[in-house]
Amino acid sequence: MTLAATVLAAEENNPLLPHTYELVVGGLAFLLVFLVVGKILTPRIQKTLAERTEAIEGGIQKAENAQAEAQAVLQQYRDQLNEARQEAARLREEAREQGAQIKAELREEAQAEARRIVEAAHAQIEADKAQALAQLRSEIGRLSTDLAGRIVGESLEDEARQRRVVDRFLEELEGSGTAVR
Amino acid sequence: MTTLTLLAADGEFQAPGPEIFNFPPLYSGAPVWLTKPVLLAVIGALIICVLAWTAFAKPKLVPRGIQNIGEYGYTFVRDQCARPFLGKDAERWMPLLLSLFLLILLWNFFGVIPVLQLPVNSHIAYPIIFAVTIYVIKVYLGIKHQGGIGYFKNMMFPPGLPKGVYVLMAPLELISNLVLAPFTHAVRLFANMFAGHLILAFFASVGFHFLFEQLTPLGAPLGVVGFLMTTLMTGFEIFIQFLQAFLFTMLAAMYIGGSLHADH
Repeated sequence: MTLAATVLAAEENNPLLPHTYELVVGGLAFLLVFLVVGKILTPRIQKTLAERTEAIEGGIQKAENAQAEAQAVLQQYRDQLNEARQEAARLREEAREQGAQIKAELREEAQAEARRIVEAAHAQIEADKAQALAQLRSEIGRLSTDLAGRIVGESLEDEARQRRVVDRFLEELEGSGTAVR
Repeated sequence: MTTLTLLAADGEFQAPGPEIFNFPPLYSGAPVWLTKPVLLAVIGALIICVLAWTAFAKPKLVPRGIQNIGEYGYTFVRDQCARPFLGKDAERWMPLLLSLFLLILLWNFFGVIPVLQLPVNSHIAYPIIFAVTIYVIKVYLGIKHQGGIGYFKNMMFPPGLPKGVYVLMAPLELISNLVLAPFTHAVRLFANMFAGHLILAFFASVGFHFLFEQLTPLGAPLGVVGFLMTTLMTGFEIFIQFLQAFLFTMLAAMYIGGSLHADH
């Protein structure tokens, strides 16, 4: 084919009409790309993208789980802390109650003891008084008889008589005492 | 190219026409099919395979280097094309959609890559291959999932319209779905690449002609404009090339999704 003929032939080409050989080449080229890119490679990248999505979602899931676990532990700790606080408050309350009770008991005991001491003192005093009175009575008797004997010059040696005289004297004294009072 | 050079030799500026899309065999004695666009198509397919292989052959859970770029492409197609129209079926159709998007995108980019400078999809055979593939899948899935009669019934008689409208609606929908859709699907991609390449060639040849072939005081500013416009339009073309690859893939997902579920 000469150059001129080629040029002429080319000029007759209508751009809207395809060359048969170009249809064949285009078809084969597209088929090749479809087989390599579409059939072999696209599934690979799809698989990788899916795995990546899964990995990211898995990571997020893991993080969420960890957070939930941390929340649970925190809650647990808070509960325990609350419990401990309440326990402490309860113990404190109990101790206070016990303290008050002990104090009350002690006071009770002290008062009882005090009462007992006072009563013992009273009794002692009564006894001492009685004893003193008794002593006084015999002393007074003796002194009086001594005094009377000296006055009358007569010794009332006779015991029985002496006591009788003294008793009579004392009764008179008491009787006059009550009458005076 | 040959024609342009021949005519330009006269000294008159000759705007490049559709003949710039005609390529003779690569070397004299080569088979008639071994032309530049064929070679680019094969190289493009191989590059996509190699790039995708380095990105996805052994994908890591924590992506590095080219895998990042590959994943960016993958998630772009998945989130922008597949999921809006296919929903939970998106993953299943990603092999087709990703292959489609990557190959179309690189073939389009060849239009602005120095030396190569030809968008493969400016030859209508390639868009036709893509569109026909999608068309076959669309009709097959439609009949499979909606039944032979159901598919056409859903297509031609979408519920909820007054009865009289169907007289007009039914044939229009039939033609629109079975004839116009695949046609525009292919032609939209082809025409964008074709026109884009033509525009780039035009401004480039303006710059080349008035600055190098025939430098005159009057012509030089025009040449500068041509040069600037070439630069500007190259940037614009990159955008169009990406947009058309995206649009083609999105429509493919839409057609497949429409066949899987009668969503009227």
